[in-house]
Amino acid sequence: MCNRPARSAPLHPEAPVTPCTELDPPEQDLLQSHELELTRRHFLAASSVVSAGLAVGISPAAAQRTSASAQANMVPITLTINKQQRTLTIDTRTSLLDLLREHLDLTGSKKGCDHGQCGACTVLLDGRRVNSCLTLAVAAQGAEITTIEGLGTPDNLSPAQSAFLAHDGFQCGYCTPGQICSATALADEVQHGELSQVSFETGHTQHPGSPAGSPAGVEHPDLTDDEIRERMSGNICRCGAYPNIVAAVRQLTRNGGRA
Amino acid sequence: MNPFTYTRASAPEAAVHALNANTKCLGGGTNLVDLMKDGVEHPDHLLDVNHIGLDKIEASATGARIGASARNSDLANHPGIVANYPLLSHALLSGASPQLRNMATTAGNLMQRTRCYYFMDTAFPACNKRAPGTGCGALSGINRYHAILGQTDDGPHSPHSCIATNPSDMNVALYALDAQVEVLGPHGKRTIPVIDFHRLPGNDPALDTVLKPDELITAVTLPQAKFAKNSWYLKARDRQSYAFALVSVAAGLELDGNTIRSAGLALGGVAHKPWRSHEAEAALANQPATPDTFRKAAEIALRGAHGYKYNAFKIELAKQCIVRALTQATQGVQQA
Repeated sequence: MCNRPARSAPLHPEAPVTPCTELDPPEQDLLQSHELELTRRHFLAASSVVSAGLAVGISPAAAQRTSASAQANMVPITLTINKQQRTLTIDTRTSLLDLLREHLDLTGSKKGCDHGQCGACTVLLDGRRVNSCLTLAVAAQGAEITTIEGLGTPDNLSPAQSAFLAHDGFQCGYCTPGQICSATALADEVQHGELSQVSFETGHTQHPGSPAGSPAGVEHPDLTDDEIRERMSGNICRCGAYPNIVAAVRQLTRNGGRA
Repeated sequence: MNPFTYTRASAPEAAVHALNANTKCLGGGTNLVDLMKDGVEHPDHLLDVNHIGLDKIEASATGARIGASARNSDLANHPGIVANYPLLSHALLSGASPQLRNMATTAGNLMQRTRCYYFMDTAFPACNKRAPGTGCGALSGINRYHAILGQTDDGPHSPHSCIATNPSDMNVALYALDAQVEVLGPHGKRTIPVIDFHRLPGNDPALDTVLKPDELITAVTLPQAKFAKNSWYLKARDRQSYAFALVSVAAGLELDGNTIRSAGLALGGVAHKPWRSHEAEAALANQPATPDTFRKAAEIALRGAHGYKYNAFKIELAKQCIVRALTQATQGVQQA
């Protein structure tokens, strides 16, 4: 248990702390207490110091200390998710993935390995693909997040969603939200001429015919299937739908990200 | 994960002021958060150093200055880096996945901890790096990804033994490129050659680097570009992409016709830190760029190597990789 006192400095000077708009405070405590032991203690201690102290055989003073240290780990954050600003109070340990799934009911992003190895949790943070399971929600304060729910709607699919549908780029579908978020970012990276390891193997790191030393980014790397596989290697598909995923990304990128 | 408090640093000096033994700097979090989830790391406090203006990259043929919080993907795609230090781009893009490279920072990569299973899993009782004095589980365990050079092997029960490897690809290129690490401490700045930044396990395997708990990495600098035309990063691994190296080689050649004027050569996946062989580099200098020369350098680089049950193959693999990387470097970037 950390006994460090609460920090008095604001987390983010530009963004004044605002009250939680997601839930009423008692509901919020209840919700968080489901998954976080510390928060449960905090809830118990804060709601009834005396009875909690009696119930677990500790003094009211000790219960208050527990409450104080738990408070130090609860922080208010504001971030934008799918163009909607969200403000809520979270335990510092909360990953962005758990924030989305457990606090905001955005369950499209999936928890596969929870260790940054499978890519099922891939979301866009300020337009770039990241593993939300290894992103601390508190560190994403102020960021703009786009999840699978923010890419398209059933009546108006995003280009990547259309491409995956057209090529049957999935089987069970569990990895698919991560695959689609990843492919969406991939198309954008290709537009910006970003390189991959395969670009070095194939010599596509600079504009053909230009002198050595010309800047990268002047040519879109030739997106062979090898390039697509390398650039999608952060997303594992347990069903092995890879050939169709590659076909979907091929369609997506050949159309310049427009399905 | 243990409870912790979190603050965002506002400036490098303020960050240094806030640092202590129980505080960890948070960059991309790709390694630290992962290890915290498993209880391997358990800082009381996280100091977010992503918003203190250390994300800039400047690079030209005469040198480079890379901010500590520059993302791996930004660094790998920076036009000045691709043009003048392609070895660094090539190494960075050989590591992790696009998602992780969008998160991971330069300083975080310097501080990346080993992937040794016995270090990463607290269910294993013996690990001198995680729990000093408990011994080394890898010596008599599964040691496929472990060290063959520079390790401390006083037996599995010794408090000094450690055969862990440094898993970074970026670091291997930085060694071959003669990078320097700039750090800020309570008494000001100091500059550390990257080859002295990481340590061999010696008698204290718990320590990966010479960075002090109250010091902050602010930048990595590169000297004049010598290997812009002729360099190669070769990574041998169990799958084509998104896997750690069994052996990797960062090779840079400064050629004058077919004669090697100077060479940079470092190995990854073989030691507690990237393994730069000055002797092998000396054996390449002023020699013709031929397979014979490369084979001699490879033999010299692997002098004193010692393998274990599951990784002895890496000695020969490393030699072959050196020859191949130097051959590729001679040819420059392949033409499509």
